[in-house]
Amino acid sequence: MSAPVRTTCPYCGTGCGVVARVAADGIAIAGDAAHPANAGRLCVKGSALGETLVPDGRLLYPKLRGADGTLQRTSWDTALDHVAGALRRIIDTHGPDAVAWYVSGQLLTEDYYVANKLVKGYVGTANIDTNSRLCMASAVAGHQRAFGEDIVPVSYEDLEQADLVVLVGSNTAWCHPVLYQRIVAAKAQRPQMKIVVVDPRRTATTDIADLHLPLRPGTDVWLFNGLLAFLHQHGVVDPAFVERHTVGVARALAVADATAGSVRAVASACRIDTSALTEFYRLFARTERVVTAFSMGVNQSSAGTDKVNSIINCHLLTGRIGKPGMGPFSLTGQPNAMGGREVGGLATMLAAHLGLDDARHRALVQRFWNSPRIPTRPGLKAVELFDAIDDGRVKAVWIMATNPVVSLPDADKVKRALKKCELVVVSDVIEHTDTTAYAHVLLPALAWGEKDGTVTNSERRISRQRAFLPAPGEARPDWWMLAEVGKRWGYAEAFRYTGPHQIFDEHARLTAFGNTDDEVPRYLDLAGLVGMDRAAYDALAPVCWPVAAGQAGSRPLRPFADGRFYTPERKARFVPTPPRAPVHACDDDYPLVLNTGRVRDHWHTMTRTGLSPRLATHIAEPYVDLHPQDALLCGVREGELAWVSTRWGRLVARVRSSGELPRRSVFVPIHWNAQYASDARVGALCNPVVDPVSGEPEFKHTPVRVEPFAVRWHGFLLSRTPVPMQTLTWWTRVTGARFVRYELAGREPVDDWAACARDMLGVGDADADWIEYEDRSVGVFRAAWIVDGRIAACLFVSPRPDLPSRAWLSGLFVKERLDDRDRIGLLVGEPPDRDADTGPTVCACFGVGRHAIVGAIHGGCRTVEALGQRLRCGTNCGSCIPELRALIASTREPA
Amino acid sequence: MTTAIPARALPGPMREHLTGVDRRMGEAASARPRQRLVVVGNGMAGMRTVEELLKLDASVYDITVFGAEPHGNYNRILLSPLLAGEKRLDDIMLHPHAWYAANGITLHAGDPIVAIDRTRRIVISRSGRKAAYDRLLLATGSRPFVIPVPGADLPGVVAFRAIEDVEAMLTAARTRRKAVVIGGGLLGLEAAHGLKRRGMDVTVVHVMDRLMERQLDAPAAALLREALERRGIRVLLKADTAAILGRDRVAGLRFKDGREIEADLVVMAVGIRPNVELARQAGLYCERAIVVDDTLQTLSDPRIYAVGECVQHRKATFGLVAPIWEQARVCAAHLAGYGHRRFVQTATATQLKVSGIDVFSAGEFGGGDGTEDLVFRDARRGTYKRLVLKDGCLVGAVLYGDVGDGAWYFELMRRRADVSRLRSRLVFGRAFCADAP
Repeated sequence: MSAPVRTTCPYCGTGCGVVARVAADGIAIAGDAAHPANAGRLCVKGSALGETLVPDGRLLYPKLRGADGTLQRTSWDTALDHVAGALRRIIDTHGPDAVAWYVSGQLLTEDYYVANKLVKGYVGTANIDTNSRLCMASAVAGHQRAFGEDIVPVSYEDLEQADLVVLVGSNTAWCHPVLYQRIVAAKAQRPQMKIVVVDPRRTATTDIADLHLPLRPGTDVWLFNGLLAFLHQHGVVDPAFVERHTVGVARALAVADATAGSVRAVASACRIDTSALTEFYRLFARTERVVTAFSMGVNQSSAGTDKVNSIINCHLLTGRIGKPGMGPFSLTGQPNAMGGREVGGLATMLAAHLGLDDARHRALVQRFWNSPRIPTRPGLKAVELFDAIDDGRVKAVWIMATNPVVSLPDADKVKRALKKCELVVVSDVIEHTDTTAYAHVLLPALAWGEKDGTVTNSERRISRQRAFLPAPGEARPDWWMLAEVGKRWGYAEAFRYTGPHQIFDEHARLTAFGNTDDEVPRYLDLAGLVGMDRAAYDALAPVCWPVAAGQAGSRPLRPFADGRFYTPERKARFVPTPPRAPVHACDDDYPLVLNTGRVRDHWHTMTRTGLSPRLATHIAEPYVDLHPQDALLCGVREGELAWVSTRWGRLVARVRSSGELPRRSVFVPIHWNAQYASDARVGALCNPVVDPVSGEPEFKHTPVRVEPFAVRWHGFLLSRTPVPMQTLTWWTRVTGARFVRYELAGREPVDDWAACARDMLGVGDADADWIEYEDRSVGVFRAAWIVDGRIAACLFVSPRPDLPSRAWLSGLFVKERLDDRDRIGLLVGEPPDRDADTGPTVCACFGVGRHAIVGAIHGGCRTVEALGQRLRCGTNCGSCIPELRALIASTREPA
Repeated sequence: MTTAIPARALPGPMREHLTGVDRRMGEAASARPRQRLVVVGNGMAGMRTVEELLKLDASVYDITVFGAEPHGNYNRILLSPLLAGEKRLDDIMLHPHAWYAANGITLHAGDPIVAIDRTRRIVISRSGRKAAYDRLLLATGSRPFVIPVPGADLPGVVAFRAIEDVEAMLTAARTRRKAVVIGGGLLGLEAAHGLKRRGMDVTVVHVMDRLMERQLDAPAAALLREALERRGIRVLLKADTAAILGRDRVAGLRFKDGREIEADLVVMAVGIRPNVELARQAGLYCERAIVVDDTLQTLSDPRIYAVGECVQHRKATFGLVAPIWEQARVCAAHLAGYGHRRFVQTATATQLKVSGIDVFSAGEFGGGDGTEDLVFRDARRGTYKRLVLKDGCLVGAVLYGDVGDGAWYFELMRRRADVSRLRSRLVFGRAFCADAP
């Protein structure tokens, strides 16, 4: 076993420390007890990381689409020459705004930094946006509006020290499990600590809630305006703080009073019980230490930024910010959403928390980079960017480490746009994704465990992601590819990096560059990390920014503890937030509200988690969750399939009624895509409306219709090797341990199942070891294929979704040899009852087995006649009587 | 007397009680002079009836048994394993001579009855022995059917019915090589298996297009054929024998299509014919066999009963052991004077007693209107199962290779149990239907 390597988990924004050890039989993953984010804990996704480090599906070599339309392996030189040349031609012909980058919160800070530098400083466009736009752009915008800078003022310890934690639009239990466990532990230690969950869904997170407010989707601003008005009405105000450190309180209060001045009006707007709402307001009013943590339920809205500011307003009014155990807290979704923000990975930022719209900021950055140009206006935000590709304004896009054909709203439009796009470059670790299907150039990137750099978690903690595996094939770091293109454009000096430590150092120097009260003061300051050599960088322990230099220690470690904000007036701003309903209202055609989100054990578009058998067991299939009464009204039944349609697209998913959903709401998980299911991209259904300030899409509110999806048959197939599925009406692929599971459904009648099954599995040999069962008149068919004594595949089909459990069958795939009991149970889907095993047959006429006979002898049958009376054995042809006599003679009386 | 209710329909304790009543009545009867019961036929049906009778009341009759064969009563079903060498003669003897003596029964073995004088109530044997009866039980069984073709009477042509036939075959097996079995039914296949085990070169010729067509559907019959061929038994189907060839002794067979094969031994196993000549001579009403009522009494003479393969009950004749055991039970009850049982025909199941080849068949396995099939195949294991359902009940079953659940299926069929709830598991057997009815 190799030496342990300390690194950071690549999933949510919690940023847990992970210790990886490479052993002969796989990779051992454990939580890093020394990491402050998790202190050794890991969630199930993190624990299963080892299972995702498999070669399956990896993109190993650069590929270029040839004249015949297929992607062909090529050399890095050829691929990069092609990319640099093609981009250059488009820029020269159509200007820098005709090209764009769409990057990802999965990238490391160093990758992000080089991308941003290349695009903004050398291409001269701000057309670089990231999938973080889909995740926490509203939080960023809210922070900037209120604080003058994208600063998260709360740490995980504050969550534990709070007396009230309000979780808004956050299924923390599933999406930030370790953070949730920290809250659970804190509440166990201090039972007086209160938890309020504000979420239309009764998620797993509500388990620890003292109060759950299932508000009507999209009404958060009413709720927090109401809170602001309530606090003001009841004198829960910190007048000194408001007076000295904020501006705009009067206007914000006026809007709150006018729109949410009475608890009853708010209760009605939010469709919450008045007494529950009052209880929440009172609890908030009387609790000094309160953290309001929010996530996608707040951000992913056409009023996302206002939702964030309506929350921040309440903390500003009460002065509950900048002190232990309190503050507004954006829980980010991705491992490095925060790091990307720090280096300006969004089209609306420059770098190091400097802005595009301020000439002084632009000058500072351009001077630092010594770059030929700098854009003067923001670039296209994610949704706009793909619109611009669709209408031809943007002619080339480089997509890095993300899967927009799945994850963007109105995702079918993304497909259409990419199909038209002149040049689509995709750098990824996986060869076949819904997005790589549209690539002209594929560049193999390093995956987690191979790449090397830093990430920043939700509490501004910078941690190293370290490599512990060699690069497979010709995979390279993302920053390297970008730097190589920069060099090909003649900027060798600017992109002469030999490792991530040099990039990080440059980034750290930029955060400190001109960061004085006289020039452009920013809270983000990594001066203390400047000048690290490779060894120091490698040894870097997790650290929260700011990290001031020895002498320049002007920034307190707790943001706003000094009452200083980063607006021009150095004061926090109250932002008036007139509430707005979601843009698309429900109507008769689309009467329900579609909400989307994560499930516990999957991540984004499953390119990683989809590889793990362990993670596939929690929720195996795409589903649509809705209230049982809505299911009844829609005519759909739990366990069957349903069309889920909006004006933008539709999908097919399994119906469930978990009891989590209120009336008029449906939930569909975001993860499934064309690699894992025939028809399950929820992105295609989501309306493309965005928040006017942040540009973040309204993923949590699309009018939707649910209808039965009629099929003739349901089935499942477990196979040791993947099986092509294209022709089937509906399918989902689930990764198993040494097998692949497919859930199937078909609209076409199948006349000869035996032939169809052999055809599907490619079993041409008539002498193959093949077992089958058919109940033709009801349409039930089952078959199993055995090769060298091991199960190779099994198929179960029924007209109803009443198929047996897959659990026992799944276990057979790890067996080197099926025993007789396995084989007997194969087409039942379970082993025979051990008690029912009567042993080898003695009396053939009545099928009486040896065990049964011996049992009866023990039970007092000491003659052949007595046995015959009890079991009927020997009473027909009588040929077993000698054996019965022998058994009686040899069976001793029980002691 | 309360015995209008069939006793076996009563719950256990009540049955005990009734039996007690019966016994006391038996004691009362024993005060009367013993009557004479003569049994014609020392085979399984007759002796089983005697056995049942002795169990009920040994004091009613003086019993005399006449048998054509020189042996005591033996288990004819086990002639196949006897031929195959899987059982010895001792193993198949049900009642040796000593048993008759011990039970006070007079046995005249090897001396068949040739005439019945119903007026004088006596029977006359081939040796001229006469025996008077108060009750007469006919259990004359059946004889093998010999197809009427030229050469059928040649030496070397045998049936498969009695110990003598087995001895003839064993002799042939020691000295001759080529055996042909005419008839691909249960008995023919058992004979073929036995002869193969005895080292002969065996061919089964069958007039139909599949083996055991009365018990098996086509897939099961095909599996059976493959299994037999794997054991080196040749199978000729659609082979209709036109003549048995040979001058002093059998030398071969010719079929109607002109094909010929060689043979040193020909075993005829194409069916049986009930032995009814004696009954006809005595003027008893016979159709295909001796017609009896539900008490096994002949229609013509209330003193005369009949059981076994020589019997016709309603339209049916009998060749399998299960209904004959039931006849014996019913008949014995009536002979004992209890009169509380009635013979009811029930479905029968068939099993092939060829070691290593397990075949089970029962009921309406052929399917038809309104029936539904559940079919299981495991070719590698040589397992085939077909269950036939009608109106939620199991009405037929063909099992090949794995017959362990045959008896259970048969029981479900007999009880007409509603199996709809078990439908998805039924074919996989009782072990998967733990909460089965």
